[in-house]
Amino acid sequence: MLEIKNLHVSIEEKKIIKGLDLSINKGEVHALMGPNGSGKSTLSYVLSGKDKYEINDGTIDYNGKNLLELDVDERANEGLFLAFQYPMEIPGVQTSFFLKTAINSKRKYLGQSEMDALEFAKLMKSKAEELNISTEMLKRDLNVNYSGGEKKKQEILQMSMLSPKMAILDETDSGLDIDALRIVSEGVNKLRNSDNSFLVITHYQRLLNYIKPDFVHIIADGKIVKSGDYSLALELEEKGYEEISQTA
Amino acid sequence: MAATDQTIKQVNTLGSSDYKYGFSTEVDEIRPPKGLNEEIIKFISAQKDEPEWMLEWRLNAFKVFNKLPKPQWAKLNIPEIDYQDCYYYSIPKSLKDKPKSLDEIDPEILKTYEKLGIPLKEQKMLSGIAVDAVFDSVSVATTYKKQLSDLGIIFCSISEAVKTHPELVKKYLGSVIPVSDHSFAALNSAVFTDGSFIYIPEGVRCPVELSTYFRINAMNTGQFERTLIIADKDSYVSYLEGCTAPMRDENQLHAANVELVALDNAEIKYSTVQNWYPGDKEGKGGIYNFVTKRGACRGKNSKISWTQVETGSAITWKYPSCILQGDNSKGEFYSVAITNNMQQADTGTKMIHIGKNTSSKIISKGISAGKANNTYRGLVNILSKAKNARNFTQCDSLLIGNQCGAHTVPYIESSNSDSMVEHEATTSKINEDQLFYCQQRGLNSEDAVGLIVNGFCKEVLQHLPMEFAVEAQKLVAISLEGSVG
Repeated sequence: MLEIKNLHVSIEEKKIIKGLDLSINKGEVHALMGPNGSGKSTLSYVLSGKDKYEINDGTIDYNGKNLLELDVDERANEGLFLAFQYPMEIPGVQTSFFLKTAINSKRKYLGQSEMDALEFAKLMKSKAEELNISTEMLKRDLNVNYSGGEKKKQEILQMSMLSPKMAILDETDSGLDIDALRIVSEGVNKLRNSDNSFLVITHYQRLLNYIKPDFVHIIADGKIVKSGDYSLALELEEKGYEEISQTA
Repeated sequence: MAATDQTIKQVNTLGSSDYKYGFSTEVDEIRPPKGLNEEIIKFISAQKDEPEWMLEWRLNAFKVFNKLPKPQWAKLNIPEIDYQDCYYYSIPKSLKDKPKSLDEIDPEILKTYEKLGIPLKEQKMLSGIAVDAVFDSVSVATTYKKQLSDLGIIFCSISEAVKTHPELVKKYLGSVIPVSDHSFAALNSAVFTDGSFIYIPEGVRCPVELSTYFRINAMNTGQFERTLIIADKDSYVSYLEGCTAPMRDENQLHAANVELVALDNAEIKYSTVQNWYPGDKEGKGGIYNFVTKRGACRGKNSKISWTQVETGSAITWKYPSCILQGDNSKGEFYSVAITNNMQQADTGTKMIHIGKNTSSKIISKGISAGKANNTYRGLVNILSKAKNARNFTQCDSLLIGNQCGAHTVPYIESSNSDSMVEHEATTSKINEDQLFYCQQRGLNSEDAVGLIVNGFCKEVLQHLPMEFAVEAQKLVAISLEGSVG
């Protein structure tokens, strides 16, 4: 699915990622944990194609394609999804209209016809119910005056409607209360299957109680310093980043 | 590359070759020689078989025109206009003897309107919109006439109204925009060719949207449209105009006058989608659009609402205004003005509060891309008798790229201590993070810009009649293609 080799990334001359390797296979859930400034969010932006990041070295293979050569929207339509840490507000654009536009952009890219209105309404309704999102909210402008929790649920709704092959969750747990965390995690778990993969970026082990990863990686200073299974997250919780990084 | 840079690059490569209305129609035209003089005015009047009083009115306007200087207030770079190097009248030969039914209209002209998406055949008119279409200088057809006349509604070309309803034309023509208002108004009064005339009788609510489609086809031709709408007591009408022109390297002049009169408790809703040819990306060609639109709320509780979507023209100079004479009358102005490449727009409104408890609302959205300049210019004037007058103004500007300009010039004059005037203004650049977010959801950069800009304009677009709101949304996206911004 995703194969990152020797990735070096800088922003405005400052080196952020310094030789990162990561391989994610179909059907796997990987957790990426690390302290602030370790390069976690940078990795999510580089994978999704945001500007301003300079790739100094390395390769990223995505399903046999050179990911770095694809535009942002091509990556998205090829099934790469980023659940934003800070989802953007788009005033004047109804949430449901945005969802429909996104779905149809993907269908157009794949050479399919637009989803008809009824089919779309059904899909949106069932997915929204799963996430406890009211239909009233879908009529509001996208993310405008949403609470932090509502914004995160909205990200998961978009994810479940677009059913990506490779989903990156960038600190989706931040700002969520325990109920919202549970609902969001259930949304993710429902989506898990043997064909798709997840990269869950988080500070805390708490989220991983709900979304059980197959692999846990610890990133420090732009490199993965330790990888393991779920027990690594527990060990980290106990010892803290500093000690883990030193023993690596 | 930043998404906006990319968009700008795309706009540059696109230029204006995407103007989809840029075709011209091969029809024989009748045209007097170029130039502006009394002979031409007499020719126009004679072609239209006008009564003597109309000719005199025109000739008087021409005298006034010769004395008036060109208005200078706008922040526009307007090249010197050679009024003698322009044709003032052009009609397809086949329309000389006015066709009595649609079957007699030159099929080439009907085809033009079909390409524009304006169905003239009445049997196709299922959409509930009555259309008057103006091709260069003459009105081609007015659909739905019979159905409207059963209600006492008069909807015809202004040339026809001069002959069939002279008492109404004499009473109201020039009563809202005096001939001497400024030189473009005087010019239009002297050489106006066609446009719509609407009269809604007392107590009638017009059941369909009335619409006019203007088309400049001939080369070097100016179009001087004149529209007059009168809503008698307790009546209502909604009117929409659309405009296109072929792509030509020369600039073409369009100087329109539109007058609205609303009597007691009457309401007029006037919507415009202006998409004249904007010129190419270097600024060659395009329409000079000098438009005077003014509505008088003469009666108590009357209301006039202007909604405009201005995306075309090389130069747009336009200030649809309301004179709020009647007590409790209301004026509204909702505007989206988009300029791209080398386009220039100086547009806004005037709200003149005269009566008691009058209120006005102004919502303006200016979008600038490429090397374009976009100015909002407005006047809110509250006179001493306008007790308890209210105004709310909101002007938002959106910039795409870093070579364009947005300017806001609001004038507020209040001679009344009971009045309340509010003004809000914002200027922002299109947000890179919003664009990235949309693109991460699969939208390409142009669709992303279109979506965000349409969201920015929503408050205005929602005031358009339903059928046109959809068209307008597409137009907003198309005009920013490339620039887009």
